[in-house]
Amino acid sequence: MATDITQDSSLNPSVARPAENGLGEINKYDFVTPTAAVFKARKGVDAEIVAQISEMKNEPGWMRDFRLEALKIFESKPMPRWGGDIAIDFQDIYYYLKPTNEQGKTWDDVPEEIKDTFEKLGIPEAEKKYLAGVKAQFESEVVYGSLQEDLGNKGVIFTDTDTALREHPELLREYFGKIIPSSDNKFAALNSAVWSGGSFIYVPPGVKIDFPLQAYFRINAEQMGQFERTLIIVDEGAEVHYVEGCTAPMYTTESLHSAVVEVVVKKNGRCRYTTIQNWANNIYNLVTKRAMAYENALMEWVDGNLGSRLTMKYPAVYMMEPGARGEILSIAFSSSGQHQDAGAKVVHCAPNTKSRIVSKSISKNGGRSSYRGLCKVEDGATDCKSNVVCDALILDPDSRSDTYPYIEVEEQDVQIEHEASVSRIGEEQLFYLMSRGLTEAEASSMIVSGFIEPLIKELPMEYAIEMNRLIELQMEGSVG
Amino acid sequence: MSDILKITDLHVAVEGKAILRGVNLTIRRGETHALMGPNGSGKSTLGNAVMGHPGYEVTGGKMELSGADVLAMDATERSRAGIFMAFQRPMAIPGVKMAEFLRHATTNVRNPDRKEGEELIPMRQFRKELMEKMEQLRMDPEFARRYVNDGFSGGEMKRAEILQMAMLRPSFAILDETDSGLDVDAVKLASQSIAQIGREAGGGKEMGILIITHHDKLLDHNRPDFTHVMLGGKIVETGGVELAHELYTEGYDRIRSAYPDAAAAEQEMAEEVAAS
Repeated sequence: MATDITQDSSLNPSVARPAENGLGEINKYDFVTPTAAVFKARKGVDAEIVAQISEMKNEPGWMRDFRLEALKIFESKPMPRWGGDIAIDFQDIYYYLKPTNEQGKTWDDVPEEIKDTFEKLGIPEAEKKYLAGVKAQFESEVVYGSLQEDLGNKGVIFTDTDTALREHPELLREYFGKIIPSSDNKFAALNSAVWSGGSFIYVPPGVKIDFPLQAYFRINAEQMGQFERTLIIVDEGAEVHYVEGCTAPMYTTESLHSAVVEVVVKKNGRCRYTTIQNWANNIYNLVTKRAMAYENALMEWVDGNLGSRLTMKYPAVYMMEPGARGEILSIAFSSSGQHQDAGAKVVHCAPNTKSRIVSKSISKNGGRSSYRGLCKVEDGATDCKSNVVCDALILDPDSRSDTYPYIEVEEQDVQIEHEASVSRIGEEQLFYLMSRGLTEAEASSMIVSGFIEPLIKELPMEYAIEMNRLIELQMEGSVG
Repeated sequence: MSDILKITDLHVAVEGKAILRGVNLTIRRGETHALMGPNGSGKSTLGNAVMGHPGYEVTGGKMELSGADVLAMDATERSRAGIFMAFQRPMAIPGVKMAEFLRHATTNVRNPDRKEGEELIPMRQFRKELMEKMEQLRMDPEFARRYVNDGFSGGEMKRAEILQMAMLRPSFAILDETDSGLDVDAVKLASQSIAQIGREAGGGKEMGILIITHHDKLLDHNRPDFTHVMLGGKIVETGGVELAHELYTEGYDRIRSAYPDAAAAEQEMAEEVAAS
């Protein structure tokens, strides 16, 4: 259940709006208060609140209209009838509140089990407080300032989406909401109405960024929130790898996280988007992610989902022009009380396009993981290839795994392969490892890390290490 | 240290069906025992029961390691107490590299009291030793980076099992048809390696070895002090190396007619398998 945050909110009447200036001198803990109390006072979402969000952010009229239009769509769309059980009271949620960013919230307010996990993961002090939402931002200005400057010199824009809207309105106007229209689904509509924060990246033609851009590099970042909106534009021949999230549990006092991520990869461009998220058990994590890849472009999603009460997330690649490629590597780990409904979508809209999906899920202690995937080949998209592999590992009889692959092909000349496997951690495998001196827990943990090895080796080093440690923690005490 | 593995009147059932029907066997360190017998007579069952496979239910009898109750230990504890089994068909663990697996295993077996999360043996020391052993077994160094038994040929699996034995240095080792699926040269190498590991094992004190086999080639360099014949879930006859040669060349007809009760039990077990 969602933690009641009203107590928290009442501690401090001032709220959460960063001072606006671009001088780099802002202290993120200086909050101005003007109209914020209005937001504090009301939960729920309606036209008045949406208009107020837009007004508070000093947005241009088109964005306000976009939000209001999206709200109508949100209100008109029914809840999805597939996937997981969603029990959300939309009028019982604060929108444009940054609940993890609340002034007055202290380290003492963070639940012990979260602190304990941070401790075991060896997360540095500053980062812990950021992750727990005690601090508005990871203290990155000093460390990453020169990095920003370097990127800036190459014409790369890397900022939060609110700032981008103020500073680069032309880019937002051109791309925002074009890859994922508000009408796409109920939660994309909700995000479109109330979005806040998220990353904006523009990489100019031919610029290749040879290190992963990470969300916490952004010195002007707004705190990661419930309704982030991320937009990445990779221009012709450019390359970027963006990494978001962290293997430490994201702790928020609200129960709904609904993000939208839009990516455009132009001719000969490459983009890899890596997400590792580990949500607290009360969270509904309902995310829409989609990329459009143009001629000979490559889009890769690497997506790791842990925790949450329900995650519904199916990163998509639309291959719009010949030679485009899409790759999606996803992993889900579900434990007691958790349902991971994750998967991938690939849509071949042009000839000679290729896609590959590798999906792995692990279910334990009564957790449930589902793979839901779509492979679509449109009429005229000849000579396409798609390869889908999904493997599920079930650790005990109480846990569950399902596979829902959808294949829609309107063209003859295509090659589509789908392989699926479900395995239980075998008594034989456990016995084999135990006969070599490993304890049952060590043995299970080793089998699981072997199972996810294909994903781990795609992660940047520090994430791979954290992910492995996290899996070990998840496995502790899960057997015997 | 553990010097005697003593099995007394051991009864074992698998999925409710009686397989071992009163096995007696005593192995001292430094001794080599050969265990022969027709298929389905219970040889692998004995190995798995000694190693502590949870699917093999001990329904009666005793098993002691220098006085300590082996039946009270799980497979982890038995391994750490110095018991090893080279499996006939070892399990694949996809995604787990041989070196990583062996580093955990070696650390645990050498420091039986290690708690989870405690330091592993230092990487340099471990790699050096691993590379030496692999060279002795004429294994490509690349082998250490492959996933445990994943896509291994029959011969590679057997060699990997011997490598593990070399690293873990057990006091007592059971080799379950380690010669099957190997060509003549590979059997010779395996036979020599086992003998060498036996001499080096456990700080100079030799290993007690139980070799389960249908042939006599593995015994060339591991001359058995005792050869046991299993039939119908019992050890019915024990002799020297000459018995191994006899069984290999002559088969089990003499044994079956000499031990009609065991032969009847063998018949009964075969029918149960056929019926299930």
